[in-house]
Amino acid sequence: MQWDIVIGLEIHVQLATRTKIFSGSSTAYGAEPNTQANAVDLAMPGTLPVPNEQAFRYAVMFGLAVNAEIERRSVFERKNYFYPDLPKGYQTTQLERPIVGPGYVDIDLSNGESKRVRIHHAHLEEDAGKSLHEDFHGMTGVDLNRAGTPLIEVVTEPDMNNAEEAVAFAKKLHGIVTSLGIGDGDMSQGSMRFDVNISLKPKGSDTLGTRTETKNLNSFRFMEQAIAHEVDRQMDILEDGGRIVQETRLYNGDRDESRSMRTKEEANDYRYFPCPDLLPVVLDEAFIEEARNSLPELPDARKARFQAQYGLNDYDAGLLASDSKLATFFEETVNLGKDAKLSANWILGEFSARLNAEEKAVADSPISGAQLGALVTRIADNTVSSAGAKKVFEALWTGESDNVDGIIDAKGLKQVSDTGELEKMVDEVLAGMPDQVAQYQNEEDPKKRKKMLGGFMGPLMKASKGQGNPKLFNEILQKKLGG
Amino acid sequence: MHNKSVAELSRELGSGTISSVELTRQFLDRIRAEDGKYNSFITITEDQALAEAEAADQQRAAGKATPWTGLPLAHKDLFCTNGVRTTCGSKMLENFVPPYDATVTARFREAGAVCIGKTNMDEFAMGSSTESSYFGATTNPWGNQRVPGGSSGGSAAAVAARLVPAATATDTGGSIRQPASLCGITGLKPTYGRVSRYGMVAFASSLDQGGTMARTAEDNALMLNVMAGFDPRDSTSVDREVPDYTATLNEPMKGLKIGLPREYFSDQLSPAMEQQVRNAVKEYEKLGATVKEVSLPNAGLAIAAYYVIAPAEASANLSRFDGVRYGYRCEDPRDLMDLYTRTRAEGFGEEVKRRILVGTYALSAGYFDAYYLKAQKVRRLIQQDFINAFREVDVLMSPVSPSPAFAQGEKNTDPVTMYLEDVFTIAVNLAGVPAMSIPAGFVDGLPVGLQIIGDYFSEARLLNAAHQFQQVTDWHQREPR
Repeated sequence: MQWDIVIGLEIHVQLATRTKIFSGSSTAYGAEPNTQANAVDLAMPGTLPVPNEQAFRYAVMFGLAVNAEIERRSVFERKNYFYPDLPKGYQTTQLERPIVGPGYVDIDLSNGESKRVRIHHAHLEEDAGKSLHEDFHGMTGVDLNRAGTPLIEVVTEPDMNNAEEAVAFAKKLHGIVTSLGIGDGDMSQGSMRFDVNISLKPKGSDTLGTRTETKNLNSFRFMEQAIAHEVDRQMDILEDGGRIVQETRLYNGDRDESRSMRTKEEANDYRYFPCPDLLPVVLDEAFIEEARNSLPELPDARKARFQAQYGLNDYDAGLLASDSKLATFFEETVNLGKDAKLSANWILGEFSARLNAEEKAVADSPISGAQLGALVTRIADNTVSSAGAKKVFEALWTGESDNVDGIIDAKGLKQVSDTGELEKMVDEVLAGMPDQVAQYQNEEDPKKRKKMLGGFMGPLMKASKGQGNPKLFNEILQKKLGG
Repeated sequence: MHNKSVAELSRELGSGTISSVELTRQFLDRIRAEDGKYNSFITITEDQALAEAEAADQQRAAGKATPWTGLPLAHKDLFCTNGVRTTCGSKMLENFVPPYDATVTARFREAGAVCIGKTNMDEFAMGSSTESSYFGATTNPWGNQRVPGGSSGGSAAAVAARLVPAATATDTGGSIRQPASLCGITGLKPTYGRVSRYGMVAFASSLDQGGTMARTAEDNALMLNVMAGFDPRDSTSVDREVPDYTATLNEPMKGLKIGLPREYFSDQLSPAMEQQVRNAVKEYEKLGATVKEVSLPNAGLAIAAYYVIAPAEASANLSRFDGVRYGYRCEDPRDLMDLYTRTRAEGFGEEVKRRILVGTYALSAGYFDAYYLKAQKVRRLIQQDFINAFREVDVLMSPVSPSPAFAQGEKNTDPVTMYLEDVFTIAVNLAGVPAMSIPAGFVDGLPVGLQIIGDYFSEARLLNAAHQFQQVTDWHQREPR
């Protein structure tokens, strides 16, 4: 049987406010447990929440960035359940009147098409603390540093139909959040958390199937794997004539496994009701306009600019523009390097590969955009070959030196571009390879000739100790060998 | 000295006829001698009070005195007091010592007042008789084995028995006015948002309001001068200018338009009670006020709406008492569920558990619309009733409770009978308007209060009306036995 896959996402984004959504405690990550929790965060008797204006500004900026309606009067509600890391016994969140209404995001797909994913709403809420189950000898530790950190929860419509679309949307949203500067988007620290709702239905059917929610996807790779895993799981069940149970599942990326966390029947009755400690949040037009005016360049606009300003192709521009830090890095590189296409190739090639291999973010790169720009300049003006440039890159990356020209000199990577000198080397090498020269000159097929030409390059590079300009060698060879 | 008002004692302290330390000692001695009969205090903070009194005397000597410098008062035991246990009348918080002050207690501290102790109350302010306290019932100084009313029964009894000249209190559904009425003192529930709720252990957040208890209207005004005002730590407190409430106490009553809500002079009121209220209204007419009948058509729905909304909010507000971070925790919990269920089963009293159950039920899926939403609609109708009434008149006058102080044990076996005790007071909380109870006579030898209800933020007018009444009557000066 053929199946349609239906995917919707719920994304929790930690907002990068300095203090918590309803208290003055710091939100900085990584402090000693419970050192960033005050009487309000601990839900001491009589304490009251005081809203953090910056969280509202960020939520409004997000809403504007995803083309959404902004609710002029939103309401906080209490979501009631007991858990040790939920100090008040309820989470303060929004339900009936979220601050961000319906909106949309357009995503680019690998087949060159673009697709619109609708956003149902986004609401503001507080994060819970963390329960620590290790190191307490059968007991549970509770760290309330995170309790009260502002979140926006973004809920999409079920508009995605495969893992590629879901991941493209997730990356796009990540780019919007980081470009806005409203969150650091660090998935490994839980600053951005994706939950995936998946259901299957017979191809072409109008009726949605029963969905499951998969949680705990702390990287885009795991998200892609988890979707494939869950689609397979559901397909197996359905094809065996079974039924999908509506449930929440936890995905283990390291093992590519998932397990049921709770079924719908086990779910709490959260008994939502408007929080009487907080007045409805009324936003005036001036506040919204101020947020609109403070919006930075967003990925879509940046992509268009990169194409127009730097002549980049659609694909490169899209990749570079998707992440604000990467985009900034690119512009720092181009600023000195001038050659935009070459800069883009190096950033999306060597640089990104190296970051991925070492699981580093752009911000953690040991190389600055200016340094890469200096290197790109030396490639473009033929000072170094691309092979030599890789050695320079390596030296920059490992921190051997931070000076591109210095590395080129120290390692003797400067190309020889003196044609007289190069011609002499070509003559000597060709003289030592008469058979190959004859073979070449007897060959009719231009493709084969081209390949045979490459056979002379190795000895030439060796003769020049790797410093001969390969492009010039090529030209001289063709001239000497006759076309 | 113990018969003097706050205003008089403030003058005595100012003139140096007595020091704060001497005054504080006198009241501490009285509490020690008398409170065995009433059980109006849960905690007496003797050492701290004397230290504060000493500091106050130095302040006064240094010429830096406010009207409150060195004046002893007590706080209802749901206002958090830094370093002094705050029990809320519950086993759950029997040993809870907050590391912070409520805004109300902080303001009195800053004004130089001396906190002499924490007063008894119905557990988590849920009750109308101060019988549900984990620390034992409080007895009304006016009557053998009579209740003082509740939930602020400890504050009311302490003020009535002259154990303290003034005490803070809170009113969620009548918890200031009804005990003030039953104990023959003067109490004010301000407009919702006039006094910060920060550090007041929450019962029903949209209804809770801190207020004042003393023997005279003037003393209530002096208290409100300290307590009222915007607090950045309470989003529901109102950023609005605070007048000097003592400045307008002597405004004449001539031309004051009094409304008598028809619905509050019903069959539920005994003829003897009604007579006392009508006599009091006559005093106002003598002072030049005019009287007309008005209607609060939805008043009859107030108790039903209140007993959905208040328990619903309470069910969430009391979730934090889970044995995890502070407060009572059961012995040797087997697992998390056992920790929660036994901690709460053992730590909360019967009435508190009843209201958590009722509130949880009202918010549950399938019942929310029929109970919670419906009650909120009724609440809006009741608010509108008051708004309409205040288009016609300046203040409303009515009884506070259907009867004078009842016997201990008489009503606490039947919750609904107890809930009806608040039939004349609860609509005020749902609307959020201010109201007072002032001593207005006696029935069967027990004091009876007159309720004066005002428009939003009209505390100055209420205090003025109360003060004028007290210039021509002496009910508020009567001393028990």
